[in-house]
Amino acid sequence: MADTLENINPKLYKKIDERIVTANDENENIVDEFDTREIFDLIRNINDPEHPLTLEELNVVEQNLIENVPLQIDNRASKIIVKFTPTIPHCSMATLIGLSIRVQLLRTLPSRFKVNVEITPGTHMSESAVNKQLADKERVAAALENNHLLEVINQCVGIKC
Amino acid sequence: MGTLELKQTLSGHRGRVWNVCWHPKGSCFASCGEDKTIIIWGLQDSKWAIKTILTEGHTRTIREIAWSPCGSYIASASFDATIAIWDKQSGQFECNATLEGHENEIKSVSWSSSGQLLATCSRDKSVWIWEVTNGDYECAAVINAHTQDVKKVRWHPNEEIVASASYDNTIKLFKEDVADSDWTCIATLSSHTSTVWSLAWDKTGNRIATCSDDQTVKIWQEYKPGNDPGIVTTSNEPVWKCVCTLSGYHTRTIYDIDWCRTTGLLVTACGDDIIRIFKEDSDSDPHQPSFTMVCTMDTAHTQDVNCVQWDPTVPGQLVSASDDGLVKMWFYNE
Repeated sequence: MADTLENINPKLYKKIDERIVTANDENENIVDEFDTREIFDLIRNINDPEHPLTLEELNVVEQNLIENVPLQIDNRASKIIVKFTPTIPHCSMATLIGLSIRVQLLRTLPSRFKVNVEITPGTHMSESAVNKQLADKERVAAALENNHLLEVINQCVGIKC
Repeated sequence: MGTLELKQTLSGHRGRVWNVCWHPKGSCFASCGEDKTIIIWGLQDSKWAIKTILTEGHTRTIREIAWSPCGSYIASASFDATIAIWDKQSGQFECNATLEGHENEIKSVSWSSSGQLLATCSRDKSVWIWEVTNGDYECAAVINAHTQDVKKVRWHPNEEIVASASYDNTIKLFKEDVADSDWTCIATLSSHTSTVWSLAWDKTGNRIATCSDDQTVKIWQEYKPGNDPGIVTTSNEPVWKCVCTLSGYHTRTIYDIDWCRTTGLLVTACGDDIIRIFKEDSDSDPHQPSFTMVCTMDTAHTQDVNCVQWDPTVPGQLVSASDDGLVKMWFYNE
């Protein structure tokens, strides 16, 4: 990435505890709907493009910002909105981070889900431009055909060993 | 309310299907998608089946295809920044010309009604006009009027006027200036508040329907100089006004719209997986038209509907394409 770090000394946040597996979770006869914790677990370990830290540690994603809005015609959750907060308001990586979140959810969730990835309102100077780009599936599709960009995204979404 | 009857589900593509296009005679149609192939479908024992699969014309996603008005050529627009022209002169479809020039992804391609002109548009913000002479394609103009990614180009049904829709939220109309044979912007249609994904002319060419990421459909009416309602025009060019906005129907981005030239029905393809049909009210005022949603097909596909197109010859028949990898044939009954 860039030679110099944009955000030299980011503030670190505590990670949340591991999910506690309940008896119901292990019961095959109970249908487990996707919940916010499950979605959060899919994206919390995405790496920041700039720092050897996860989006959770940088507070870019938080569990309470994810809301499942059920589709009116189908009460099973089919729509997911993820809001993410760039570490600094002029972060040039905002689109890349949003794209990584989107790619991770596209790859891991069933195709019926409609995923919206947006910047937390008021946390970035180019908020609407970044949101518009992330919402444009044609441009996202074209970006994912770019091998260099795909490599960078794969590095971000790859879980660290 | 009318009903939309599913006639057939067609699978053949791997991955997202971006576009479908009817042959001008309606006897067959083509589809394309992220698998970089074009499939030509035709009727076989009253069922739609794969007639031909065209491969190796493009190295990336094929975003759109267009049949020439004579039905002998197919132009395909690809993310690989080229346009391929396929013809059947040897008896089977072959790619015999590749048009290069755009800087990056080509989003749309359209033939003029005469078949003498081709328009293309790209992520590079430009619209190109190509002149077709005896199988040769020459760039006649590069138009840099939009400020963002251009999503769609569509020619007027019988005049040499092309409309383009863009990520910059506007629709622009272009025409050749006879004085200096330069292509110039003759109108900018501003009202949508987000990306305009597609547009459709009505059969007369006096109206355009557009659809957008702002979840609305807009109807635009042309007012020529000296028009009855007294709409002011400048420099002897017609002005276009938004005379109707259909809002509150769609719940996500509207990716495509088509205006049937025989029935006058509008159909939309939406990111909420629904196909909707709108009909103009019979007592509608032409300067303030009203449309009623006459049909809504929930879960028409299991993912975003990317494209819908009315059959040019069989009224009520339409074909759709989706991210779910399927093409579906429908029939609308009033």
